[in-house]
Amino acid sequence: DMKNAVIGNNKQKANLIVLGAVPRLLYLLQQETSSTELRTECAVVLGSLAMGTENNVKSLLDCHIITALLQGLLSPDLKFIEACLRCLRTIFISPVTPEDLLYTDATVISHLMALLSRSRYTQEYICQIFSHCCKGPDHQTILFNHGAVQNIAHLLVSTSYKVQMQALKCFSVLAFENPQVSMTLVNVSVDGELLPQIFVKMLQRDKPIEMQLTSAKCLTSMCRAGAIRTDDSCIVLKTLPCLVRMCSKERLLEERVEGAETLAYLIETDVELQRTASITDHLIVMLADYFKYPSSVSAITDIKRLDHDLKHAHELRQAAFKLYASLGANDEDIRKKIIETENMMDRIVNGLSESSIKVRLAAVRCLHSLSRSVQQLRTSFQDHAVWKPLMKVLQNAPNEILVVASSTLCNLLLEFSPSKEPILESGAIELLCSLTQSENLALRVNGIWALMNMAFQAEQKIKSDILRGLSTEQLFQLLSDSDVNVLMKTLGLLRNLLSTRPHIDHIMSTHGKQIMQAVTLILEGEHNIEVKEQTLCILANIADGTTAKELIMTNDDILQKIKYYMSHSNAKLQLAAMFCISNLIWNEEEGSQERQDKLRDMGIVDILHKLSQSSDPNLCDKAKTALQQYLA
Amino acid sequence: MAEAGAGSLHGGDAAPPSPPREQELSRRLRRLYPAVNQDETPLPRSWSPKDKYNYIGLSQGNLRVHYKGHGKNHKDAASVRATHPIPAACGIYYFEVKIVSKGRDGCCEILHSKEETFQERVFGFVFSPLPPAIPECLLEKRYMGIGLSAQGVNMNRLPGWDKHSYGYHGDDGHSFCSSGTGQPYGPTFTTGDVIGCCVNLINNTCFYTKNGHSLGIAFTDLPANLYPTVGLQTPGEIVDANFGQQPFVFDIEDYMREWRAKIQSTIKRFPIGDRLGEWQAMLQNMVSSYLVHHGYCSTATAFARVTDTTIQEEQTSIKNRQRIQKLVLAGRVGEAIEATQQLYPGLLEHNPNLLFMLKCRQFVEMVNGTDSEVRCFGARSPRSQDSYPGSPSLSPRHGSNNSHLHSTGADSPTCSNGVMSTKSKQSHSKYPTLSSSSSSSSSSSPSSVNYSESNSTDSTKSQQHSSTSNQETSDSEMEMEAEHYPNGVLENSSTRIMNGTYKHEEILQTDESSMEDSCPQRQLCGGNHAATERMIQFGRELQMLSEQLCREYGKNTMHKKMLQDAFSLLAYSDPWNCPVGQQLDPIQREPVCAALNSAILESQNLPKQPPLMLALGQASECLRLMARVGLGSCSFARVDDYLH
Repeated sequence: DMKNAVIGNNKQKANLIVLGAVPRLLYLLQQETSSTELRTECAVVLGSLAMGTENNVKSLLDCHIITALLQGLLSPDLKFIEACLRCLRTIFISPVTPEDLLYTDATVISHLMALLSRSRYTQEYICQIFSHCCKGPDHQTILFNHGAVQNIAHLLVSTSYKVQMQALKCFSVLAFENPQVSMTLVNVSVDGELLPQIFVKMLQRDKPIEMQLTSAKCLTSMCRAGAIRTDDSCIVLKTLPCLVRMCSKERLLEERVEGAETLAYLIETDVELQRTASITDHLIVMLADYFKYPSSVSAITDIKRLDHDLKHAHELRQAAFKLYASLGANDEDIRKKIIETENMMDRIVNGLSESSIKVRLAAVRCLHSLSRSVQQLRTSFQDHAVWKPLMKVLQNAPNEILVVASSTLCNLLLEFSPSKEPILESGAIELLCSLTQSENLALRVNGIWALMNMAFQAEQKIKSDILRGLSTEQLFQLLSDSDVNVLMKTLGLLRNLLSTRPHIDHIMSTHGKQIMQAVTLILEGEHNIEVKEQTLCILANIADGTTAKELIMTNDDILQKIKYYMSHSNAKLQLAAMFCISNLIWNEEEGSQERQDKLRDMGIVDILHKLSQSSDPNLCDKAKTALQQYLA
Repeated sequence: MAEAGAGSLHGGDAAPPSPPREQELSRRLRRLYPAVNQDETPLPRSWSPKDKYNYIGLSQGNLRVHYKGHGKNHKDAASVRATHPIPAACGIYYFEVKIVSKGRDGCCEILHSKEETFQERVFGFVFSPLPPAIPECLLEKRYMGIGLSAQGVNMNRLPGWDKHSYGYHGDDGHSFCSSGTGQPYGPTFTTGDVIGCCVNLINNTCFYTKNGHSLGIAFTDLPANLYPTVGLQTPGEIVDANFGQQPFVFDIEDYMREWRAKIQSTIKRFPIGDRLGEWQAMLQNMVSSYLVHHGYCSTATAFARVTDTTIQEEQTSIKNRQRIQKLVLAGRVGEAIEATQQLYPGLLEHNPNLLFMLKCRQFVEMVNGTDSEVRCFGARSPRSQDSYPGSPSLSPRHGSNNSHLHSTGADSPTCSNGVMSTKSKQSHSKYPTLSSSSSSSSSSSPSSVNYSESNSTDSTKSQQHSSTSNQETSDSEMEMEAEHYPNGVLENSSTRIMNGTYKHEEILQTDESSMEDSCPQRQLCGGNHAATERMIQFGRELQMLSEQLCREYGKNTMHKKMLQDAFSLLAYSDPWNCPVGQQLDPIQREPVCAALNSAILESQNLPKQPPLMLALGQASECLRLMARVGLGSCSFARVDDYLH
């Protein structure tokens, strides 16, 4: 009847919906008085409708089908429950269905958990619903708290492949970036076997690819969460090689994308895994193939096909860039190998200007990773004028790209980077200064960081440009930033600005008052050792100036603070304070005698004597040198 | 001092391989490469002391290789090959080499002490040994190649430099494919690393591993019959090979699993065209003809009914054959001959060879005391020895009628009669029906091919598999079937074997009366004097028949041998426990039975072999042929895998 008419026929389905069959079916479905056979048939027909186009699903959702079906799950009849679950499954895996609909009623989850024991069909459908509706840590926590791990674990050894697979998928989404779930998983055992062992068995090469890949994802999440060590053989000898295999040409495009992305995630922070991956199965060369899709320009007549191809091409490229980024994150030799891969730099440069945000982002990440090499900065980065497209990316890009791009820029602005000059000329200061005003913390850090790098051993003009571009207000704004990273980099910038005597005197003559104020504030404030050390170093730089010295000598408050830090319990701070003193009492300079006298009166010499007996050789040396200035 | 250093290095680990270790290796190799017929194509087990350049030294059971040349330049390169080439039937072959020392520092001591020492050449004085004057530039470049080469490739070279030679070199990580210049391939390797080399004989490629990590394909289009090869060129270089002696660092079995799955799915997906109906009809036909061939009359009828097919042969004809076969298998050859002559007149006259074979068997059965001609002399129930132990009977030994199919068939009696070997120590094993026990051999001989086919006339229920069913029934039938018959068959003469009887067979219907036999000793012709006389007389007749055949058809060595063997039985006081005692084993009735069955079928213009067996034989032979011509995929498509 109706069922047979609609199955496999999208036109019929649409017709039926237009004719208003959905409310009628739902009515029959909810009617307690109708026979279960009828209600089951209704669920089947609705399920078939949901199998159609996305519009079908939308119409069904508009009729509140989910509530009706969830209600149906309370029925005692298993066949009916299965039909409802099947229909729910179909609806929830549709991209148009909001996942949150599953979590509106807390009792739903626990009821679903209870239904897991009913039959292999309930198991399959429920696991599939969970794995599709578990997005983000909130959902993970809800499912976890409802005992998802315990309830689903034993399904991994089910005799039904479908159940096994859906359970496995559940775990891959539950464990993703979730230390709580991951830590629990390592200790769960089924039939006397720990889950990691079960996952490793699923990695065996004769298992279906889907199973190998999903299992590798589970192990990857567990490893990244710290539940499994990175040098554990199940990671090094099983998961990693499996993921590399997924990147091979023989695999489907989707598998290659997922494989590369998962591998990138697995090895991201571990240099040993990066090294192992880099030698496994010619991975670096294999990835180059990701850029060769679509291989031949397919006939443009088929627009749909073209669209599909392009999407895949984007996915492949971004996955390859991501994996290259992870591979080259720490090891210079690997970076070299990557860059030596055919047309690599050209590919990255092209990637930077791709229309797809995903590809652009991945390309920038890759560039960032490779930019952590002195040698590459000096050679291939220069040869390919990478800075040009990079600067372009930085003009009005979404924040996520901006963060990585500005990070890369930081490296390109390093003193030894030949790109520094042209970048400056193309108006980087203005751009970076504007970044420091961003709401986004990472952007602020990167902005000030880049400025700091830029100021290092820079000429007077650049320094002035930076100060002018930044404005004093902004500088002080940054010095009172709540984030310690921003503060540190700002202090670093100040320190770099205040180097070489003429620069020091020049800057202090214009901004002296504010700088001294800020320094005082920071030394008085609650800051960690590194911040204070950096601040004392700034003072030491100021003390090295010719006229700038006086700003310290006339400020008793600051002098007292320096004295205090000379006797501080932390040797780093003591040393930094001593640098200040040294610079102030240095003989051959004008007015050194008066300064020496003033400081002696403050009791600095006594402290120096004490420090010259110190067990710390650095302190001891420094104190002795300082005392010699008095003897001369 | 030098001596001590060397001693510690060489004696440090593992003593020379002992026999148990060798056994362990054999076990491991069999598990890794089950498809390899090691008699035909032995597997590499060590380096060959004959197939090496003289700068190579071997130790530790020819597994450790060290360099003992000057190592000045590439002319001092030296290689060694394994004892045997890699058999194609491996499918996937793998070996590992551990770099014990990359040479260079410290190694010179070993060199000078072990080999011709510097000191010895100087009379009278003992100079302290000089450090070797190897130029720095050479020390910087370590040469060490691991790979494959064909027989006859120059051993004064590193693997990879010449035609039919392939290598992966440690100094630069390059691969050398029959060329003096390498290609960038993998990482470099050095002391402590374990390098593996895997040859895929299915697609003829090779990849290496380093410390358990696959490095990717190194060579393609490899020729057949390559030997594992290692080449050294620097004093002090030492490497240890692992041809399966130890577990491998790389998980080769996982790789094999992938290829097994690949090949099996290829077979599974092999297109059989759109003649699906025809395909099914053919399969049904094969099953049906098999059943008919072996005389499983009722099963065949049932099968024909269900599948809506027709049986070529007449029911009665099947039953006749069945009856004759049973007689032979029961050792009552005389009656079988009689029945054949009656039912198929002229058959034996036209097949004098078959007749002679039958008569020889009859003689053997007389010795055994089972043939009716001697049994009738016994004071015991004339039918008492009808039983055929374990009744592997109608379940044929595959290959026995087609001996080239299964070379192992002949020397593994467990093949169809596993009962005999596995249960021999049980004095009360009972086999109530023909059918139930036929499959019990499956547990004892995994290599044998088994079909459990029911031959019972009552129903197909008795088609139960294996030992469980016969255990269940044996208890219940114990009391009914209290007959115990001595049936000298066993190697252990003191063990008395008790055989069950079948009870529902038509020819045995009169034998319901049972009797006890308590005689612990097997005796010639059942120990009856008259019977012995009859036997001797029969022997004379047989001799005469032989002479007659010889006159008519010329000499026949086969006949002569048969006759000789049969008569030899009389030369021993205990024929069951003599060099030719094998003949008395009931299992020997099977080839005779099969030959007779085939002859009858042939005379009726029916195929003398069931098509199913023919197909099976062809498949097995095809795989063996594949192994011979170097098609590695044969290793993952075992016929046995499809027969359980």
